[in-house]
Amino acid sequence: MKITLKIWRQKNNATKGSFKTYQLDHVSPDMSFLEMLDVLNGDLISKGEESVAFDHDCREGICGACSLYINGRPHGPQQTTTCQLHMRSFQDGDSIVIEPWRAKAFPVIRDLVVDRAAFDRIQQSGGYVSVNTGGVPDGNEIPIPKKVADEAMDAAACIGCGACVAACKNASAMLFVSAKVSQLALLPQGKPERKERVERMVAQMDSEGFGACTNTGACEAECPKGISLTNIARMNREYFAASLSSYEIVSKGGGD
Amino acid sequence: MKLDSKIPEGPLAEKWTKHKFNLKLVNPSNKRKYDVIVVGTGLAGASAAASLAELGYNVKAFCFQDSPRRAHSIAAQGGINAAKNYQNDGDSVYRLFYDTIKGGDYRAREGNVHRLAEVSVNIIDQCVAQGVPFAREYGGLLANRSFGGAQVSRTFYARGQTGQQLLLGAYSALNRQISNGKVKMYTRTEMLDVVLVDGQAKGIVVRDLVTGKIEAHSAHAVLLCTGGYGNVFYLSTNAKGSNVTAAWRAHKKGALFGNPCYTQIHPTCIPVSGDHQSKLTLMSESLRNDGRVWVPKVAKPGLKAKDAASIPEADRDYFLERKYPSFGNLVPRDVASRNAKYMCDEGRGVGPTGLAVFLDFADAIKRDGRKTIEAKYGNLFDMYKQITGDNPYEVPMMIYPAVHYTMGGLWVDYNLMTSVPGLYALGEANFSDHGANRLGASALMQGLADGYFVIPYTIGDYLAGTSSAKISTDRPEFKEAIDKATSTINKLLSIKGKKTVDHLHRDLGHIMWEYCGMSRNAEGLKIAKGKIQALKAEFWENVNVLGGSNELNQELEKALRVADFIELGELMVDDALNRGESCGGHFREESQTPDGEAQRKDDEFAYVSAWEYKGEGQPEVLHKEELKFENVKLTQRSYK
Repeated sequence: MKITLKIWRQKNNATKGSFKTYQLDHVSPDMSFLEMLDVLNGDLISKGEESVAFDHDCREGICGACSLYINGRPHGPQQTTTCQLHMRSFQDGDSIVIEPWRAKAFPVIRDLVVDRAAFDRIQQSGGYVSVNTGGVPDGNEIPIPKKVADEAMDAAACIGCGACVAACKNASAMLFVSAKVSQLALLPQGKPERKERVERMVAQMDSEGFGACTNTGACEAECPKGISLTNIARMNREYFAASLSSYEIVSKGGGD
Repeated sequence: MKLDSKIPEGPLAEKWTKHKFNLKLVNPSNKRKYDVIVVGTGLAGASAAASLAELGYNVKAFCFQDSPRRAHSIAAQGGINAAKNYQNDGDSVYRLFYDTIKGGDYRAREGNVHRLAEVSVNIIDQCVAQGVPFAREYGGLLANRSFGGAQVSRTFYARGQTGQQLLLGAYSALNRQISNGKVKMYTRTEMLDVVLVDGQAKGIVVRDLVTGKIEAHSAHAVLLCTGGYGNVFYLSTNAKGSNVTAAWRAHKKGALFGNPCYTQIHPTCIPVSGDHQSKLTLMSESLRNDGRVWVPKVAKPGLKAKDAASIPEADRDYFLERKYPSFGNLVPRDVASRNAKYMCDEGRGVGPTGLAVFLDFADAIKRDGRKTIEAKYGNLFDMYKQITGDNPYEVPMMIYPAVHYTMGGLWVDYNLMTSVPGLYALGEANFSDHGANRLGASALMQGLADGYFVIPYTIGDYLAGTSSAKISTDRPEFKEAIDKATSTINKLLSIKGKKTVDHLHRDLGHIMWEYCGMSRNAEGLKIAKGKIQALKAEFWENVNVLGGSNELNQELEKALRVADFIELGELMVDDALNRGESCGGHFREESQTPDGEAQRKDDEFAYVSAWEYKGEGQPEVLHKEELKFENVKLTQRSYK
């Protein structure tokens, strides 16, 4: 296959970026999208040009490192992670535009690499159950209905890639935050801290500069792990219930 | 050098309890005076960092990924073993111990393995308390499954994403301590060296991968939780970033390397599709419960999956069923892998490269119906189709073995301390608990055992005898390590040769796979050694690393890692050459039974190989830790 690539190149956060066009003449349909970029980088280095920087690691669709906004869609035309996208999803002669995630809260580090540390800071603000190692009850002393465990698992499947933010016209992180809030609100282990948790995580999310949710559903449509909008509804309920019972927001957490 | 494993005396089941009592404690108000560095944030690193911070130590944690949540533990699929005996099917701590020792082909320490089995039950409780959504039965209790040929159902799981969920549990505990200010987290930061002061580990040198700045950090103890080194083969199921650098630099500073040749090769991976291949994807071995492995009786070069149906039943060789009638397709990983290789060596492999065998579900679908098969393996079939474009409901899958896990690693004593005082290795980075072969669903168990339930006890014993005075990074030892790291980087950037880092890494992978892979012999290993030495020379003359040192430079990151992989590769070959027996994942062609199966030699090789670095260009020195078996009787495996 012959492919034309238009890729966002940016030296660092302080420098202005621009699109550059590259030609690849020998792309195999069996290549993964990232392998196609590996081939491009090999060509570039041989020509004395610096390679295109992009985040990736497991290449199995689970670590959440890979990103890439491909032809106007996070992770490209299929509902998978970019590493699981293969070139057979494209046609011979196609032009492909590749951009980094675009969101104020995800500043570009270089080329297609963005800084998603805001996600970590949100998790640090309350995405946990406060138990120390040791001294916990036997696993079977906390019975959990299968349906509840399954629903918690659906929410917990989030890989933290940031496609939801990239897909959203407001760059909202509601789907990401609500997935963790839901998981822990559903499970009995998370109940004691559910009010503080949702208040802190939402406060941190807002302070990071993510936009508001207007329920367009773009996040759910593009999520490679099928995280459902139901989680956002659940988080809104959690937040409302927490604010009614007038818990004080302790703005702890965050590494900022 | 005298190797002391520090295994406590006394009956097996009392060793750990007694040892915990005998370990020195650090007074709660003194814990805050000690700093601990944790490198790596996978299951072992995240659980250790969180647990030590909870105890009151000041922790600095480092990962090269952009978030601690992305460590490669996240990719583990199947599950985690624990001797809970919730299923009332005869499991016990002793049985898990026994299965693990036997599965490791009697090349692990009894004391370590028994401790692992003991704390396995605590791990499940801990993870449940954190909110890990394990699979449940309708009554609300935890579900189990049997895994990897085990006779009991002791594996806990969270769909096919157990590693992800356990890691996110440990990550949440870590986040809580970051929030409390007890852990300072450094992401996109890679360790380049360990720093010794008066022979004790007192810090590390790291590179900030975004700014390129080289920095030193000091502490009273250093924990390496940096995973395995399967990427020495270039192609493996490991993440692209997984590397040996931290462990290797520690090795060069005096930490012995244990059993480097023990690698696990997983039989059911998606085959290589071409030269562009960058990594291999594992398909769960549960597929062998229903899939039948076969190749044509007569070589059919280039046979495609869609043409498999044209081969009549009589012309198919179901080679595992033929050779191992009692275990059939369910023989252990190493046996299944080796036999697939033999078929391909004979030229009977299938697919465009000839390096694949069929895994056929046609009979299972005919017997149980498509619905049943879909319920069991639906997600795996989808994944296969996504990657290969073939639909396994209609045509057989093609599989081939791939490097998956490394049992070898830094040598550690019972306290998880390496041969360098104050330097510890946890999880896959150490060599300790799996012997020559790891059982399915045991990697997650070991990572979390080390981090949650071993190191919090054993580290106190060392720190209690160590001054809590702060260590200045202005000391010459730190300066020297920074200078060395800087000059290595400058050297790499100045070579400006003709070959990319990936190209040279791929060359290394070819050598390792060909001569130090599924099957090894002395002649081949000697050839490999020469080739690796030549490759090392070529690397330092002809690698092309563009860009600068003070910026995000992914080629430079890779070059630093590959330089270490090349050196490790040579040691693996030395170790494989030394071990003139077949055991676990290490198959020496010279050591076979008359019918071609692995032949262990307990009278000659019942020891741990621990290698000591002696300086650039010098041969490494082998130390032997004899393995004593007081509780189990050594038997030869048979699956006929």
